[in-house]
Amino acid sequence: MSSDLQQLYQQIILEHAKARHGDGLALVPFGARLGESHQLNPTCGDEITLRAVLDGSTVEGISWEGQGCSISMASASVLTDLMAGLPDGQALKLVGEFREVMRSRGSIEADEEVLGDAAAFSGVARYPARVKCAMLAWVALEEAVQAANRTASG
Amino acid sequence: MPVVSTPVSLRHAAGPMDDAEVERIRNDFPILNQQVNGHPLVYLDSGATSQNPLSVIEAEQEFYEQRNSAVHRGAHTLAVAATEVYEQARETVAEFVNVRPEEIVWTSNATEALNLLAYAFSNASLGRGGAAAERFALKPGDEILVTEMEHHANLIPWQELAFRTGAALRYIPVDDDGTLRIEESERLISGRTKVLSFSHASNVLGTINPVDVLTAMARRHGALVVLDACQSVPHLPVDLEALDVDFAVFSGHKMLGPTGIGVLYGRSELLNALPPFLTGGSMITTVSMEKAEYLPAPQRFEAGTQRISQAMALDAAVNYLKETGMDRVHAWERELGQRLVEGLEQISGIRVLGPRAGVERIGLAAFDVDGVHSHDVGQFLDDQGIAVRVGHHCAQPLHRRLGLVSTTRASTYLYNTTADVDAFLDAVAGVRPFFGVQQ
Repeated sequence: MSSDLQQLYQQIILEHAKARHGDGLALVPFGARLGESHQLNPTCGDEITLRAVLDGSTVEGISWEGQGCSISMASASVLTDLMAGLPDGQALKLVGEFREVMRSRGSIEADEEVLGDAAAFSGVARYPARVKCAMLAWVALEEAVQAANRTASG
Repeated sequence: MPVVSTPVSLRHAAGPMDDAEVERIRNDFPILNQQVNGHPLVYLDSGATSQNPLSVIEAEQEFYEQRNSAVHRGAHTLAVAATEVYEQARETVAEFVNVRPEEIVWTSNATEALNLLAYAFSNASLGRGGAAAERFALKPGDEILVTEMEHHANLIPWQELAFRTGAALRYIPVDDDGTLRIEESERLISGRTKVLSFSHASNVLGTINPVDVLTAMARRHGALVVLDACQSVPHLPVDLEALDVDFAVFSGHKMLGPTGIGVLYGRSELLNALPPFLTGGSMITTVSMEKAEYLPAPQRFEAGTQRISQAMALDAAVNYLKETGMDRVHAWERELGQRLVEGLEQISGIRVLGPRAGVERIGLAAFDVDGVHSHDVGQFLDDQGIAVRVGHHCAQPLHRRLGLVSTTRASTYLYNTTADVDAFLDAVAGVRPFFGVQQ
């Protein structure tokens, strides 16, 4: 197999695809602010339901359940680790940065300092058909945080 | 007569096809001669879209260089030349499936052909077409019967027709191995059944359904029979008259032809009683400000400027298939299909959908790789230049029935060698080790 393929399926991605941190929807503590989002990629059937629990403006925890390819599942797992404990504004900013890398067709290298393990997904950007797989959980988190904040203000 | 080059590989070879003949055939398909990701292309996605021989590509070019104009109107020479090839194509296709030219309606593809039928039935249900169209009318209490293995194209138009008319949609279930439960269909079909629509060959399972049994059943209850022939007409000899179905559909791009053209076949007396779906120019006799009278079939279903270059190219595609011989194509693909299944069954963690090795199937196989999503399988194979289809293959209900969300499908055609199948099998054997799910 080619180095391109190894670049796409980095070891860290294959490990997260199996470990699936955050897999299994967590019960919501009484009084916690919850945002939930369901995302579906109709071209391949990949699907995720993601819950974000917020305490004040902090993303307390993320849990999810879904099915899909190794890229989409690993991406959800990495996201769970990366986002826990971050202020919601910072979490949304990281989603934006990840999206920018994914849409760059490989021209923007992810900053590992900022995106941590999610930088391993840089190789996905060169496969336009797979970008949606990598983005699935991130779009779900974005929506979930916004939903939680609407609950708070409403 | 159109000036279209003869395929370089001119065959008429006696006896069964073999790899040497396929190598000659491949020279007629320019697209196959390329490297993908540093490997020779192994194209195993013909069930979705087949490739075009040079004669098809040249026919479309010849149309635009020599004949481009509208058909069935205009007195000038080009209009006559365009009409000539447009109608010649209808004759070629009609002869290919053994029906009359006026029973062949051009559509964009098989999906549009099925929608045309469903909407024409809708119009009949609203009283359009008068007494002659009553047999197409549906109302609450009536039923439409399909099967659990249908492609979405042969499911959703009927769902929508049911919603519009109040009729009920029912389906013949499949067994765990993907065969139709014929004994169940006896129970499901009745005098309420107005339409029975089913696929001739499954695009996922590769099974060939018993058209004779199902058609006889429908006849006993007076139901109209619609055959989805998308995976049969390109791959096996199909005689629609002998099959005795009322309507049939297939797509040009799955049979070496261009995209943008498909076929609705209907028995003449039915097509001429069926109210039109798309209306406008070229399908009328007299028009007043209040109403219009319609031409007989096929023109009554071909409103507006038509897909003329595509018809000419499809003509060339059918000629290519005829020269090769559909019985020979069928036999070769049956061999490839068995080689696929036999090979896949040897690889650990692979579950092949549909009939097991040794049981009749067309030249395709869909399979699940335990622990690896089909999208990842497809990516891994593409890295080695192997093109397959991944996902639900437009058959979500069937996948759900078999307990799966998505699968990988390899589908062959007359230009695939046994070496293509072997390269594919070798690559599949590497999937689980690469993704680290091998026990």
